[in-house]
Amino acid sequence: MRQVFVLLSLLLWAGIASAVEPDEVLSDPVLENRARLISQGLRCLQCRNESIDESNAGIARDLRLLVRDRLLEGDSDTEVMDYVVARYGEYVLLRPNGLGINLVLWLAGPALFLVSLAGLIAVQRRSKRKDSIDQLTEDEEREIEKLLSS
Amino acid sequence: MLNELAHFSLNIALGFAVLGTIIPLLGATLRRSSWMQLASVFALLQFLLVAFAFGVLTLAFVTSDFSLRLVVLNSHTLKPMIYKIAGVWGNHEGSLLLWVLILTFFAACAALFGRRLPQSLLARVLGVQSAITTAFLAFVLLTSNPFTRVAFPPFNGQGLNPLLQDPGLAFHPPFLYLGYVGLSITFSFAIAALLEGKVDSAWGRWVRPWTLAAWIFLTIGIGLGSWWAYYELGWGGFWFWDPVENASFMPWLISAALLHSAIVVEKRDALKAWTILLAILAFGFSLIGTFIVRSGVLTSVHAFANDPERGVFILMILAVFFGGALLLFALRAKAMDSKGVFAPVSRESALIANNLLLAISCFVVFVGTVWPLVAELLMDRKLSVGPPFFDLAFTPFMVALAVILPIGSTLPWKRARRAHITRLWPVALVCLACVGLAWAMQTGRSLIGPVGLGLGVWLVMGVVIELYQRCGRGAGKMRRLLRLPLADWGKAIAHAGLGITIFGVAGITAWQVEDIRVLEIGQSAEVAGFTITLEAVEDRRGPNYLTTMADVALSRQGQPIAMLHPERRYYPVAEMPTTEAGIDSGLWRDIYVVVGDAQPEGGYAVRSFIKPLANWIWSGAIIMALGGFLSLFDRRYRMAPGAAREPGPEAAQ
Repeated sequence: MRQVFVLLSLLLWAGIASAVEPDEVLSDPVLENRARLISQGLRCLQCRNESIDESNAGIARDLRLLVRDRLLEGDSDTEVMDYVVARYGEYVLLRPNGLGINLVLWLAGPALFLVSLAGLIAVQRRSKRKDSIDQLTEDEEREIEKLLSS
Repeated sequence: MLNELAHFSLNIALGFAVLGTIIPLLGATLRRSSWMQLASVFALLQFLLVAFAFGVLTLAFVTSDFSLRLVVLNSHTLKPMIYKIAGVWGNHEGSLLLWVLILTFFAACAALFGRRLPQSLLARVLGVQSAITTAFLAFVLLTSNPFTRVAFPPFNGQGLNPLLQDPGLAFHPPFLYLGYVGLSITFSFAIAALLEGKVDSAWGRWVRPWTLAAWIFLTIGIGLGSWWAYYELGWGGFWFWDPVENASFMPWLISAALLHSAIVVEKRDALKAWTILLAILAFGFSLIGTFIVRSGVLTSVHAFANDPERGVFILMILAVFFGGALLLFALRAKAMDSKGVFAPVSRESALIANNLLLAISCFVVFVGTVWPLVAELLMDRKLSVGPPFFDLAFTPFMVALAVILPIGSTLPWKRARRAHITRLWPVALVCLACVGLAWAMQTGRSLIGPVGLGLGVWLVMGVVIELYQRCGRGAGKMRRLLRLPLADWGKAIAHAGLGITIFGVAGITAWQVEDIRVLEIGQSAEVAGFTITLEAVEDRRGPNYLTTMADVALSRQGQPIAMLHPERRYYPVAEMPTTEAGIDSGLWRDIYVVVGDAQPEGGYAVRSFIKPLANWIWSGAIIMALGGFLSLFDRRYRMAPGAAREPGPEAAQ
């Protein structure tokens, strides 16, 4: 058994330069641009953590061609995405949808931000109230002044 | 024989680590001075023993001692010397030994430089540090012994992954580890303070240089890793939001927050509990990172030692230290009462906002990183979280951070007046003008470019205005500027570095031009005003690889700029191909050319990129690190280990 432990074995990245091959590129630059954007959001199923736009695996190429075919058929971007997800599952989406438990993922940051902001405001208010107890009222100040001057 | 001695010295080191945990911690509790004094001795002994073992392992790699299993698996006689040495930490066992070496190195530093710390604090710091060393040495010896022999040594080794045979590997992991593991000493300081039940401004001053050092190393390590990925992976990406990158990014974010909150502890005696919590979290995320990297629970482009046994061991270490620390924190944090009061608009509030944004952005990265695991465990949904998510969820917090940074850093402590903020109006106007100009000039109409440009200018100009204010009115401005404390210069430079990095990231993301086509030999392509000519392609031999190297001429309006040599290499030992891009680096743009396979109809696939401002990303990181470095040499930190010697209110404590 060949067990090579490497810190950063980027095996699947090798030869990545040939991700999008010249023969795949669509002649319409607008469509090609849309195809690239869509590809960047789709995961290569065979690879570890790459989009099909970056991967040189065979299946990534097939998916890239599929995306371009759908675009040529006149599909909108979301229709292409839905088409791919319907066949390969939501695993291919590099940007997970906000459905079901994924709401937690999307809202975790903003929610924590709002909660901590509220917390900070509450703490600030409390310390202000404590401050105002520590400070003397105007009557007390006047009384002290009277005592001092007498 | 030497290898067995090294193995043995690791065992002895483990013994000293156990003793170094128990005796000083007990001594501090029982107030026995002689027991506490032993802490430094144990720390130094651990360092010397582990350093010896590491030296022996390096020697084994250098001399290609194929009786060691690790050398067989990761080295080869044909490999250039630098990669033989770098190969020591290019694998799980060796890199773990480096981890332990750095752990004991920091303990030894604390023992040497911290002699003027209160005795019980130093004893506790070293005791906690020894406890961490105990856990990791046990991990090395029980699951990942680097000194295992093979019964029948082969004639040659199996080589190192070709992608790792790069100067980047020689420097990237050591720096990253110095950062990761450097946070352990901050953690030890936090635990020691909780055990002592006392956090004061002196503690803030002691802990900051260590955090700063760890943060500097992390910054350099992450920057190097990003640069390495940029030129090595063949399409010029600089950040992939890969679980392993996130593993190093999370401690960086938290330690950046910690740096800032420690200032508040030091100068205003406030935010103590929060700072302790950050110190615990920073090392906690380092441990989580180690777990992610070495357990293989999260798939990543970086393949690791996917070994469940090791994963469980690290999980136990994580549970004991992280869980234990948080428990201790929960029990003791109440005792840490903040003294300094401050108004809602003040330097303190600005630093709290900084901490909040950094901590939350770290939380976002954390949730995104572990989410595929959580979703699969809880809901049985197999899904991916990739760059599009992080770009969307992480960036707003960074933008907010950059927006408040120049404002916050000019505010005075305790209470600010409106005048402090309105001084920045001209800068804000200039930035908005830049945003508008960039928006009008660019074609794609994406927001990233203009906003990034505006933020970059905002940060750098903010720094200039702040320095200008610091040198006061009237004559002698220059003299006053030069006499500013190093910490102020460090702060200014680090903040400007962040601005430069943001500018670079925005530039490369928004304004990159890419061209993919087939070129016959002698043919040219026009890309964004540059002419790229494929002049020749020939096969050559490297020291341990075969290469197909292209000569690509670069010119602009007939003026030659450079000759690039992109390659496709093949490493026979590892049976692996790699791509080496040809890059012409410049201040304003990189031209990045990759030559692909020969096409069936003749010619070669050539991909060329014009990457605007690429170098600004890493220059910014280096400038940030430089800022930290200057700050580290500020007078009050040079004196910090000897704070007791300095006259002043702290001396009494």
